[in-house]
Amino acid sequence: MNKVENNKAWFLVLPVVLLVAFSAVVPLMTVVNYSVQDIFDVNTAYFVGAEWYREILQDPRLQDSLVRQFIFSFFVLLIEIPLGIAVALMMPTKGRGASLCLILLAIPLLIPLNVVGTIWQVFGRTDIGLFGWALTSIGIDYNYASNPIDAWFTVLLMDVWHWTSLVALLCYSGLRAIPDAYYQAASIDRASGWAIFRYIQLPKLQSVLVIGVLLRFMDSFMIYTEPFVLTGGGPGNSTTFLSQTLTQMAIGQFDVGPAAAFSLIYFLIVLLVSWLFFTTISHLDKAK
Amino acid sequence: MAEIHLKTLAHSYSANPQSDTEYAIREMDHVWDQGGAYALLGPSGCGKSTLLNIISGLLSPSEGEVLFDGQRVNELSPAERNIAQVFQFPVIYDSMTVFDNLAFPLRNMKVRESKVQKKVLEIAEILELQDVLKNKAKNLTADEKQKVSMGRGLVRDDVSAILFDEPLTVIDPHLKWKLRRKLKQIHEQFNLTMVYVTHDQLEAATFADKIALMYGGQIVQFGTPRELFEKPNHTFVGYFIGSPGMNFIEVKRSESGVEFDGLKVSLDEGLQDFLEQIPSSNLKIGIRPEFVHVSVESITGSYECAVTHVEDLGTYKIVTLDLKGRSLKARLDEDQQVPEHKAYVSFPKQWLKLYVDEYLVEGDSE
Repeated sequence: MNKVENNKAWFLVLPVVLLVAFSAVVPLMTVVNYSVQDIFDVNTAYFVGAEWYREILQDPRLQDSLVRQFIFSFFVLLIEIPLGIAVALMMPTKGRGASLCLILLAIPLLIPLNVVGTIWQVFGRTDIGLFGWALTSIGIDYNYASNPIDAWFTVLLMDVWHWTSLVALLCYSGLRAIPDAYYQAASIDRASGWAIFRYIQLPKLQSVLVIGVLLRFMDSFMIYTEPFVLTGGGPGNSTTFLSQTLTQMAIGQFDVGPAAAFSLIYFLIVLLVSWLFFTTISHLDKAK
Repeated sequence: MAEIHLKTLAHSYSANPQSDTEYAIREMDHVWDQGGAYALLGPSGCGKSTLLNIISGLLSPSEGEVLFDGQRVNELSPAERNIAQVFQFPVIYDSMTVFDNLAFPLRNMKVRESKVQKKVLEIAEILELQDVLKNKAKNLTADEKQKVSMGRGLVRDDVSAILFDEPLTVIDPHLKWKLRRKLKQIHEQFNLTMVYVTHDQLEAATFADKIALMYGGQIVQFGTPRELFEKPNHTFVGYFIGSPGMNFIEVKRSESGVEFDGLKVSLDEGLQDFLEQIPSSNLKIGIRPEFVHVSVESITGSYECAVTHVEDLGTYKIVTLDLKGRSLKARLDEDQQVPEHKAYVSFPKQWLKLYVDEYLVEGDSE
């Protein structure tokens, strides 16, 4: 059978093409444009090819924050995913308790990012913050402003406090979608609590966990506001993550070319890792 | 292997039931023999799933006892009662292979792996699942999934009964009969007590030796499919079993029997005597469309009626008749002459049933 060619149909997708062009393609191409030029002023710009990329990839500042960034995201996923699943499993399934838990869990998600940073900035202070004060009172030498380990600990704790709810809520909705018959069948088959989790709950949570892992990876990998407010990237550069390094370069130093190259590399890393997560998790069961 | 005895059993979802209507299961006493195939039949909301869950142990009855081989099991969990259950929607462990699914209950019981292998292969062969044993259970068709969930019950040696909760709901029509036959075959082979919940009378009749027909939380009749058809002991049974259901006509007493709109219907002497002793005025006569005698010409004892509708169902026809404003259905065989406009009907005595307060009354002669 011959397919009827109808080129007029292409005009129908034009509005979408325009919309996507202005919202995504044009800004992205601007960045691509900057990343291959050395710009002095509006009229003076030279094509430099891949030079900025070469320079950026060898920049120890970027390399350091990239390593820090991966370590940070690794810990975020390592803590928040299991913790979120655990919280979801422990939540009551009906009655007032369930509604109350949902409200409590939603609260951290509703707080603006810089407010979260401020809350923890105050909370962690040893003089007026409850958390910092409590730690020092029981004899722990804690100071997030001067000790890099304490700073890391506080930033991680803040992220866990802020975002574990998201994973928990996703998992909770996933768990609620499992029909009762599964638990009844498992009980008839004499499955242990662990077996129920391993063979019923976890497989049924797979699809929400893909979303949870992706969201938490992308968000944590692009984290900016909260550590910026809490530690300002310090002490030293110990909590300076990729976004902050990029911002310093682009706005603080106005190195538009290298910053543009940096942005693109950053974007590609997020894209690549997300794709890796997505394909590995969604192909887990096809492997056998 | 077990005989199931429901002893003065009743169940209500409310804590302090005041009236009958608050009971999902009204008091009943039934014994289900070991090795029998039973169907719990009834419309939606009649309490059949509640009863099944009480037997399986997913629900504890608020009153009375469930006895397995004479032992009270009210407080025992489904696992402790050694029952297996097949649910309406197939329950399989998605992430496991078919083999692991079937082996799951055995492995949970810490059975030796060599025995697990042997048992799983044996059951897979009976269920015709050998070819898919290595496949992920997730990718099976609905009927294969149901077979896997049944297989998980069959692999256990200690299973005393298998309960089915409308297991064919999601199965394609052309596979239903196949799976139903498999169930029957397994029943014969394993000599297990099987209880099958359904709202489909055909499924119930082909599967079960005995059907418990439920209505409003009660088992209104417990008997063979034939008994339910020929001698429905409640108007609901008459109406629910058969397609179309039984014809019922409200009647009043008369000297020689009963009458409606001046038409006299004579009854057996036994029934006649019985009728004189009871005060109730809620009287109905009932006859199956299959047993209504239809003729084109008037014969003795027949009533004249108008033909309102003829429905041709291929091998037989359903004729709707108007008898003094009452609608009556009759089934005509293919070779029978179909009356036009006017017909004469008569009710053979042995098939004409009398219902007082919705329950069948029978004369001494029977």
